[in-house]
Amino acid sequence: MLMTERDRLASEIRSLAAKLGQDRTSLIPILLEVKRKYHTIDSYAMQVIADLLGIHPVEVNSVVSFYAFLGGHRQGKFVIRLCRTISCDMQGKSRVERQLENDLGIRFGETTPDGKFTLEFANCMGMCDQGPALLVNDRIHTRVTPEKVHEILEACRRVFGVHAAETKEVVFK
Amino acid sequence: MSPLPTYDSMIPEAGLRAALALDRPRIISEIGASGLKGRGGAGFPTAVKWNFAAAAQADKKFVICNADEGEPGTFKDRVILQEHADLVFEGMTVAGKAVGAHEGILFLRGEYTYLRGHLEAVLAGRRDRNLLGKGILGSGLDFDIRIFMGAGAYICGEETALIEALEGFRGEPRNRPPFPVNTGFLGRPSIVNNVETLAWAACILGRGADWFRSVGTEKSTGRKIFSVSGDCARPGVYEFPMGLTVAELLKEVGGEDAKAAQIGGAAGQCVPAKDFGRSIAFEDIPTGGSIIVLGPHRDMLDVLHNFLEFFVDESCGQCAPCRLGNTKLLEGLEMLRNGTCSMAYLKELCDLGGTMQVASKCGLGQSSPNAFLSVVENFREELMGRIPTHA
Ligand SMILES: Cc1cc2nc3c(=O)[nH]c(=O)nc-3n(C[C@H](O)[C@H](O)[C@H](O)COP(=O)(O)O)c2cc1C
Ligand code: SF4
Ligand code: FES
Repeated sequence: MLMTERDRLASEIRSLAAKLGQDRTSLIPILLEVKRKYHTIDSYAMQVIADLLGIHPVEVNSVVSFYAFLGGHRQGKFVIRLCRTISCDMQGKSRVERQLENDLGIRFGETTPDGKFTLEFANCMGMCDQGPALLVNDRIHTRVTPEKVHEILEACRRVFGVHAAETKEVVFK
Repeated sequence: MSPLPTYDSMIPEAGLRAALALDRPRIISEIGASGLKGRGGAGFPTAVKWNFAAAAQADKKFVICNADEGEPGTFKDRVILQEHADLVFEGMTVAGKAVGAHEGILFLRGEYTYLRGHLEAVLAGRRDRNLLGKGILGSGLDFDIRIFMGAGAYICGEETALIEALEGFRGEPRNRPPFPVNTGFLGRPSIVNNVETLAWAACILGRGADWFRSVGTEKSTGRKIFSVSGDCARPGVYEFPMGLTVAELLKEVGGEDAKAAQIGGAAGQCVPAKDFGRSIAFEDIPTGGSIIVLGPHRDMLDVLHNFLEFFVDESCGQCAPCRLGNTKLLEGLEMLRNGTCSMAYLKELCDLGGTMQVASKCGLGQSSPNAFLSVVENFREELMGRIPTHA
């Protein structure tokens, strides 16, 4: 990582801690924000957080590795979490699973090479009467069919289009 | 979305206004008279819990609403939070007055992040109307509520694991005692209650204990919200009196031809059709409200396989009976599916299940063999000598 990127990350974490609190009870809220924004929590970020909260980085790592929504590994901009629990399973989650893999060309647990999509399983997400259910980041989709998978992915890709335009504007200013 | 008759017809803030006019012991005795028991699954009497926390001496106390709803097949807390968030916050405020707490925390599971904006708006509205904050409605009560997001772990629904997460640690359950009512969040007395329990507490203060106990059974008073999914014509959220039979419930939801009903989620029990005359109540079949209907064509081994994968995935790994036991049960299940399990080994697996029930540290490990044991007991003829089809 470039020095400047590190500095930016560290100052971002400092301002998060200023907002969310600078003691141990703020650890999970800070980690959730870092993961949401950077799609990863690397060892440098853990070190900065540990220093701010006055704990050992191993402590931060042990929390990061425990929770499904944290985890140090890098994820795509869109994390797709398909419910694999009983009611969704009985409503046909396996076919949705297969179609997601087909359309993205990756298996569950993987991220597309362009860093856009990650496929993961999740356990029951409280939509059991309207399964199969999946989350795209924070957004819930219900009664997903294999045909709908394409639509859901296209909607995500359109968001990238918008972002690309925004980045260009910034560059031209 | 199915309506919830009682909640829909509540007079807003009637419970809070009543509580503000009462002294603390009277609030708790009203809840006690109603017979309300925890709606999160364990069925602990709410008034007893509140009384412990009220009696504890401390500089600070906390009211924690458990919205971690992760039990497979449960979604009623989500619907309550979407449709009746005010009632839940009202119940938390009543609890705050009853136990002497000034701070409430809603522990919302990470999977429900999309509810957060709505809930923050409801909280802001309550602050504007002085239903939260300093000197609520001109009384001497100071109480406010904040939201804490979970980070994706079923075990954090267990109250001591939830507190560990709030404090910034791995969600590993603590030994109990000490109980959270004495040594909870930051070592302070804390009550942890389910979303639905708190909503009922507000209703009870508003309408009186007698109204609540006019339905239900002697030991399981009042109404309950159920989450119904699986092989039935009308899945969704329902409100029924406690004590109704499984058959009555299945008739309402269009699941009369079921071969079994999984009651209480993966941690609950699998009730076969011959037992559909039994009633859903703490003294017979207890449940946090999850009902998964299993139709005539379901393979019970597929169902069990799904549950055991769930437990292997969600065990916090802290104690051996649960960490290793669930893995062994899952392996055994795969042997059953492949038709390679001897009767002697199946007996060993059942013994292991029994050990897990008594030797695990928390409710996850203690309840994870339930479904396995009830399927072995009730569907024995389906299990042995299988010819694998999925090879
Ligand atoms: C593994 C496990 C998961 C649990 N998950 C939840 C949950 O998601 N929501 C809940 O209210 N209670 C859950 N509980 C029960 C809580 O520990 C606690 O008993 C409950 O929140 C108390 O509230 P109540 O008395 O109002 O039911 C869980 C318990 C265990 C052992
Ligand atoms: S029973 Fe399971 S979930 Fe509970 S403490 Fe032991 S390992 Fe953790
Ligand atoms: S089983 Fe998939 S949302 Fe509950």
